[in-house]
Amino acid sequence: MAEGILKQILDYSNRSNPYPLYEELRKTPVFHDGTGPYVISTYHDIQSLLHDPRLSSDAHNLTATAGDPLAGGEGGGGGEEAALPPSFLKLDPPEHDRLRRMTNRPFGPPHSPHRIEGMRDDLHGIVSGLIDNLGDPGRIDLVDQFAYPFPVTMICRLLGVPREDEPRFHSWADTIAAGLDPDPDADPAERLRVTHDARMELGMYLAGLIEERRKNPQDDMLSELAAGHGQDDTMSTMELLSTSALLLIAGHETTVNLITNGMLTLLRHPDVLADLRENPELVVPLVEELLRFEPPVQLLPQRTPLVDIEVRGVTIPKGSSMWLVLASGNRDPDRFENPDRFDPYRKDIQHLGLGSGIHSCFGAPLARLEAQLALSELARRLDNPGLVEDPPPYRQNAVLRGPRHLEITCDGIRP
Amino acid sequence: MPDGSLDRLKREGRIVVVGASLAGLRAAETLRDKGFEGTLTMIGDEPYEPYDRPPLSKQVLLGKATADHTALPRRREIDAEWRLGVPASGLDMATRRVKLADGDEVPYDRLMIATGVRARPWPNEAEGELDGVFVLRTRDDGVGLARHLDAGPRRVLVIGAGFTGSEIASACRERGLEVTVAERGDAPLVGALGGVIGAVAAEMHRENGVDLRTGVMVTRLEGDTTGRVRAAHFSDGTTLECDVVVVSLGAQRNTEWLAGSGLGAGPRGIACDAGCRAFDVRGIVTDDVFVAGDVARSPHPLFGYQFLSLEHWGNAVAQAETAAHNMLSESSDRRPHIWVPAFWSSQFGVNIKSVGVPSMGTEIMITQGSRAERRFTGVYGYQGRVIGAVTFDNCRWLQFYEQQIEATAPFPPPFPTVDRRSDGQRPIPADFPDPSVPTHGPTITLSGYSPADRRMTFTPAGH
Repeated sequence: MAEGILKQILDYSNRSNPYPLYEELRKTPVFHDGTGPYVISTYHDIQSLLHDPRLSSDAHNLTATAGDPLAGGEGGGGGEEAALPPSFLKLDPPEHDRLRRMTNRPFGPPHSPHRIEGMRDDLHGIVSGLIDNLGDPGRIDLVDQFAYPFPVTMICRLLGVPREDEPRFHSWADTIAAGLDPDPDADPAERLRVTHDARMELGMYLAGLIEERRKNPQDDMLSELAAGHGQDDTMSTMELLSTSALLLIAGHETTVNLITNGMLTLLRHPDVLADLRENPELVVPLVEELLRFEPPVQLLPQRTPLVDIEVRGVTIPKGSSMWLVLASGNRDPDRFENPDRFDPYRKDIQHLGLGSGIHSCFGAPLARLEAQLALSELARRLDNPGLVEDPPPYRQNAVLRGPRHLEITCDGIRP
Repeated sequence: MPDGSLDRLKREGRIVVVGASLAGLRAAETLRDKGFEGTLTMIGDEPYEPYDRPPLSKQVLLGKATADHTALPRRREIDAEWRLGVPASGLDMATRRVKLADGDEVPYDRLMIATGVRARPWPNEAEGELDGVFVLRTRDDGVGLARHLDAGPRRVLVIGAGFTGSEIASACRERGLEVTVAERGDAPLVGALGGVIGAVAAEMHRENGVDLRTGVMVTRLEGDTTGRVRAAHFSDGTTLECDVVVVSLGAQRNTEWLAGSGLGAGPRGIACDAGCRAFDVRGIVTDDVFVAGDVARSPHPLFGYQFLSLEHWGNAVAQAETAAHNMLSESSDRRPHIWVPAFWSSQFGVNIKSVGVPSMGTEIMITQGSRAERRFTGVYGYQGRVIGAVTFDNCRWLQFYEQQIEATAPFPPPFPTVDRRSDGQRPIPADFPDPSVPTHGPTITLSGYSPADRRMTFTPAGH
């Protein structure tokens, strides 16, 4: 029965394949074990709740967090004010809309329609360089040597963060990302404190960079965000810091998993890998299918209703914690035919991998382009690649899920 | 009881689609998808293969696309016989033949009518033919208007501030052209969205430098000696010099060719049942004539079974698919067309979307955002239920309100929402104009009486 199923999902031993557990979960579409969160696991319910204006992303509206291993974290709800104000990820409109809109100005259309496409050559250069330097083809850790450094280099370049500072922000980013993970052994108060400290240190680091960009603007996002545009359109310093921290962390903690999950899936489906090598344009639908099949963000733990709401006949009380399990919705047989089959030739592919509604992934255009370039180049250049270990060792995190290492071998690296 | 006739139809039948635009094309594709292997004839009065219209009042006028490059993407091969550039001129239901203007006749076993609407012309024909006077509906209209805008006119006059007229005005301003908009109603978009939202639209026009004149009619267009338009005269006695005039007074349904055919076709469209089967003039449903798209008017259960005519892109697609499905199905397998009306527009940098039938609403409540910021959701109420919704730059919430309409949820919405502001504390009258007062017209026409209405009052129709 579903009793204890959340514990099982969070249990590290099920990390490599949580999908049977999600299938179990979907038998109780609104799952609630009495003290924990209300867990929503079917596609259509998740999709409509992501567009439901009665649902808040602001932790201040959360009143019932007892028994929820994911409650708290960034931005209050844990009773302690965080070092930085919550990022727009954890705000409701109108504040969310204002910050997201301002952040979008130097990033995407309508003001910067060519920013991402203009990075294609840059991205390609980084991918090529990393593959050139993979070293001994008999022993490659695709995470450490490729899937991690690639998006980090890219987000640094986009924001204007010095690449050589990576060792400094790496540990803060790690700690903050881990704050999303309900490690059952960790003391919640201690976890909150550690996350708080990491955010504070990251904030101070970014404050220094932004100060410098104010004096010497460059062609990067930090400079443009710091400059602001008109008096109504300027972020406060604290807003600027939490927005930059969000971009820096979300800009690589997720893409690394998208690329690694992608390569793992391709190595498990050699026919698709071979087809991709022959037909590089297949990578576009392939990445979409990947976002459905193995989404880097498995669930959204940060929603609460502003009023009692009814979902499938179950009343979810105001202020309850809700989890929307995107990865489960993506495998819902009521929505997708053969949902457990990886099929990049699928026509109907409206997945939840990047969320939906106002909080849908801000960095989606960049993440897509990065994954497309990475996977098509790996497929083209790695000669006869194979997995050393299946399943590979996973990261602890159940929310931002992906392999910690991906050991592969190949016969050689093609030019 | 299935008697094999349907299989025969699928294998060797003749299906004729009159109207080679969005609905006609999607119907044809669906027919082939459903296994129709017989002869398929596509009849269209324009010489072009099916093209998309929304870009004509947006990207094309901005010079970002050309009108001859808006061909509709094909979902699949349809293997049709195309009869383009020749309009249908008549229908003989007894012998099942479509007559063409060139004298030809095309026999059918099943007929799909998707002849759509055309722009309502300027009532004075001679003035309408002046050089520089346009309507905007077809690809040719788009080419001509774009060329005239490229030439840098000193002033453009748009007559009618519905969605199309407003989009044209917006495109002109974006190109830096001087533009005057004349609207007979009190505000732009008032017929479709009411006066509360119309007031927001009016501000958008004025802030973007449009010379907006409301409550006024153009009484006469004046040409120079070479036959070019040079001025317009208004009902308030003023005169405006202009060298391009766009007449944007709504649409007329293309049903004249059916006069005398015995089909239930008239100025409001072709009446059909929820399964897209056309009615004849006696109110009897036909078995072999189906209709879809702008020209159809069908009863909708969500809106009191009133007959709705929808000039909506998405409706054309959905209705064509349903009609094509039903055309090839036994009666028990047929599906109703119960699409929730949905519409979008883009003007002055603002994305406007609506669902449901706002014009049926009597009250409106701003449930999210604020009108002052032009970023809001307005919900329309009718007899205590949610009947429609509109968003300005806020469309990601619209799906929720669509579900509220489908669920006949109560109005005003009894719950708090994120982004509820002072605008949204209580409902206010939506302020739709009296339907007997002509405006440019909404894109949804309610053309039946609801069985829920106990009293009927006579409202003289506008034009």
